Amino acid sequence: MTTADTDPTAVPGVVEPEIGEELLSVNNLTKHFPIRRGLLQRQVGAVQAVDGLDFTVTKGETLSLVGESGCGKTTTGRLLTRLLEPSDGRIVFEGRDITHMSEGKMRPLRRDVQMIFQDPYGSLNPRHTVGKIVGAPFKLQKVQTENGVKKAVQELLELVGLSPEHYNRYPHEFSGGQRQRIGIARTLALRPKLIVADEPVSALDVSIQAQVVNLLEDLQEEFDLTYVMIAHDLSVVRHVSDRVAVMYLGKIVELADRVSLYEKPMHPYTLALLSAVPIPDTARKSKRERIRLVGDVPSPINPPPACRFHTRCWKAQDICKVVEPPLIQLAPGHQSACHFPENATPEQEATAMKAAETNPGRDSVKA
Amino acid sequence: MPGTVITYIVRRLIAAIGLLIIVSAITFSIFYLVPRWAGASPETLANRYVGRAATEETVKLTAERLGLYDPIAVQYWNWAKGVVVGAEYDYGAGVERCPAPCLGYSFITKQPVWPELLDRIPVTLSLAAGASILWLVFGVAIGVLSALRRGSIFDRAAMTVALAGVSLPIFFTGLISLAFFSYRLGWTKPGGTFVPLTDNPVLWAQALILPWITLAFLFSAQYARLTRAGMLETMNEDFIRTARAKGLKERNVVVQHGLRGALTPILTIFGLDVGLLLGGAVLTEKTFSLPGLGKYAVDGIVANDLPKILGVTLVAAVFIVLANLIVDLLYAVVDPRVRAK
Amino acid sequence: MTNDNAFLSVRDLRVHFPTDDGLVKSVDGLSFDLERGKTLGIVGESGSGKSVTSLSIMGLHKGGSARISGEVLLDGQELVSSSSEEVRLLRGKRMAMIFQDPLSAMHPYYTVGHQIIEAYRVHNNVSKAVAKKHAIEMLDRVGIPQPDKRVDAYPHQFSGGMRQRAMIAMALSCDPDLLIADEPTTALDVTVQAQILDLIRDLQSEFNSAVIIITHDLGVVAELADHIQVMYAGRAIEYGTAEDIFDRPQHPYTWGLLGSMPRIDRERTERLIPIKGTPPSLINVPKGCAFNPRCNYAHLNGGASETERPELLDSGAGHMVACHLSPQERQKAWETDIKPKL
Repeated sequence: MTTADTDPTAVPGVVEPEIGEELLSVNNLTKHFPIRRGLLQRQVGAVQAVDGLDFTVTKGETLSLVGESGCGKTTTGRLLTRLLEPSDGRIVFEGRDITHMSEGKMRPLRRDVQMIFQDPYGSLNPRHTVGKIVGAPFKLQKVQTENGVKKAVQELLELVGLSPEHYNRYPHEFSGGQRQRIGIARTLALRPKLIVADEPVSALDVSIQAQVVNLLEDLQEEFDLTYVMIAHDLSVVRHVSDRVAVMYLGKIVELADRVSLYEKPMHPYTLALLSAVPIPDTARKSKRERIRLVGDVPSPINPPPACRFHTRCWKAQDICKVVEPPLIQLAPGHQSACHFPENATPEQEATAMKAAETNPGRDSVKA
Repeated sequence: MPGTVITYIVRRLIAAIGLLIIVSAITFSIFYLVPRWAGASPETLANRYVGRAATEETVKLTAERLGLYDPIAVQYWNWAKGVVVGAEYDYGAGVERCPAPCLGYSFITKQPVWPELLDRIPVTLSLAAGASILWLVFGVAIGVLSALRRGSIFDRAAMTVALAGVSLPIFFTGLISLAFFSYRLGWTKPGGTFVPLTDNPVLWAQALILPWITLAFLFSAQYARLTRAGMLETMNEDFIRTARAKGLKERNVVVQHGLRGALTPILTIFGLDVGLLLGGAVLTEKTFSLPGLGKYAVDGIVANDLPKILGVTLVAAVFIVLANLIVDLLYAVVDPRVRAK
Repeated sequence: MTNDNAFLSVRDLRVHFPTDDGLVKSVDGLSFDLERGKTLGIVGESGSGKSVTSLSIMGLHKGGSARISGEVLLDGQELVSSSSEEVRLLRGKRMAMIFQDPLSAMHPYYTVGHQIIEAYRVHNNVSKAVAKKHAIEMLDRVGIPQPDKRVDAYPHQFSGGMRQRAMIAMALSCDPDLLIADEPTTALDVTVQAQILDLIRDLQSEFNSAVIIITHDLGVVAELADHIQVMYAGRAIEYGTAEDIFDRPQHPYTWGLLGSMPRIDRERTERLIPIKGTPPSLINVPKGCAFNPRCNYAHLNGGASETERPELLDSGAGHMVACHLSPQERQKAWETDIKPKL
């Protein structure tokens, strides 16, 4: 715990990270939603939405969480922004443990961590003007602005590519892409350090989507923003991310930098996911190796034991049903949770095997 | 699944009993406290029981026997005990047994409340049953036609009449129709001539036809508007497009797919309305002088006759709670998605 | 674009909706042909008219407020001028449709089996028992496990992918000659999308039907379609084989779509190249070429794009494009400006 500078406004215990240093770290992050049944509403089980995540986010990067519906990526985003209370684990932001921080103590922190939502219309109050929507964070956080809130809001509107004259208009007067810009302007009002963006472009048409993606990139560069991007579109993710975490049934199965994840995926699920995406290229169509997963994602209420992917995995063997593969580093910056990784050298295969023997997995440890 | 259904019903019934206790306790407190705040003593309350000519001593004795000196909680407890196991009243001249469910004796008429209620339930039941069938059929039919011919002359006319129906109070429409159909044209019997169905079905219907129509007019208007809104929404659903894409006849699309979807919320409101009416259609019964629960309640309130008021309140609450439960169970029958929960 | 073998022929189709704000020209002069056994992909963004086109072919805009003109010939029978009843008898039987969101497209109160049986019995005079047997066969055919049990399940008891399979079973129950799939995989997860696309492909080769697949996802059409039609503001602006569209696109709007699209199959370090501006209002469609306000090349043709609407013309070997630019200008722009940045 060192306070690096003598900034009088700095909160004690806060470490202001530089670009490339750790901004956020997450340990064993878990969220179980209890299921209650019967006369006395006893808890009979839990939806294991997020189950023991470990990852860090460094300042200035974009980390994407990808996976199919029910993998827990949205829940994770809500845990990071503390819209949901974690059941277990630790979230550390700038050196402070914010896992169970009270609402009052969280308030200054809410300036630093902001969220962008998928549905640009649903997240904007239709009865408020753009000026009021974008200016709301100033009022909520009682922030003093130099030339008044209106000026600040108009600057924000210009920043996201809207006209300052839009100040007095209402959300319904805008197209989907413009509404998402309004949402982004609101998010930027308090100059956050971390933005959790939940499917920020998936409701938009492809040409508009490109505009918003470029905007997010420009803003990141200008303000040293850090993004945690939650997305299902693997093409968009490849374009915007520095690192990617692939989730399956509440767990991270692979976490790697963009290039090695897309070029040399090690977890079979990642491989299947990537090969399932249709590619707009006729030449590659016939050449591509296709992996077709059978069946559906199992229920997060009773996820399969040990490796949760073993029920749909073509490489699964007996050990996959008994021992949970830990998420271990197999190459620099490339973590994977699989006993039989893809694209692996013999040494990497051996490492994966050995990890399974020495670390019998969290499930067994708990038992 | 049956196991969970039974658990569900049991849970609902337990909740219902809790609700009945709360409702009766609140009613009890109101009608117990209000006269006392207004300055009434146990003696003045007992006075109503024994009549003006009684001696002071008799009054005191009566007040004591009725438990009017007891604190409110004890009085409520005794009343509630009477409902569950019955009660015994000692009038000096001998002990009178009031079997469960004992709702006490009217302060005014000295008659036990429960048998009086039993006499009045069929009247209210007849009124509610006839009216609800009428308004359901007409309201839904008009609503569906309006939705399908949205913007047409029929739609606009129907919705204007419906608006009038919702806004006009029942004593207004009731008195007008009484004046016109009964007194002027002589087509129907005037009020106050209720005949039980089992005695003479024709006279029964004749006495009730005007109240039915009056009540149904009010409710049809509401139901037509609700059905219209529901149908407009449902006919825009994706599954309607699918039904058309299959090549179904438009009539089947409307009835089997559209109406089936639109009726579910109406069913809920219907159940609650019928439950509410069974507790007494106060204005209608009063307007047409029908000796039902509503009129009984009004008479009780006017005379500050606590046992009557409590009795009607309890019966009405039971009807509403039961209607609620039945609606929720029916919901699960109609909508398979509810069953899963 | 006349084709004697065409099973479906659309000629100068126009679908206009009168509204309080003015006439919405959702589809405004669209023509194309489709043969049996072939798949046509219709690509476009929201408001391009792709869904309205499919609903008009199915006759689902009949009887509403839409003003429809032009011709839709299904196996020689003209549908626009046919009565609602005549078209209804073809719907579900000779042409069928599957929709984007299978959850909302199925009636929540009826079992999946009931809904398939209903579709079958409208056009086939058989008993319920026979129809149920057929429904179970269809569910089996589209890959639903334990079809004899699942036939009695309700839509909400199915997963998203299973529901879309059931929708396909329903659409194919009467063995239609034309299947229209409107964004069939947009609501599905990517691994499930792959399963459904495979299924549509397999079933097409088995039933030899004509398929129209409507989507905003260029990847999906690349996987499935023999021919692709790109739509903008109610008209086709480019038509060709998948190779034509992806390897040598001719229209600046198509370039814009390709440039806007992030790639999953290669490292693309260049920024995305969005199309400037927003799609036009369908009430005030720009004069001339509807794309001209957003086009980077509109200045090259001496203002023609602002006054004159370009026709969809064959630029060689069936690759059609509606653009005022000369083939040389298009070739140059594609080779130098666009292709290197993708």
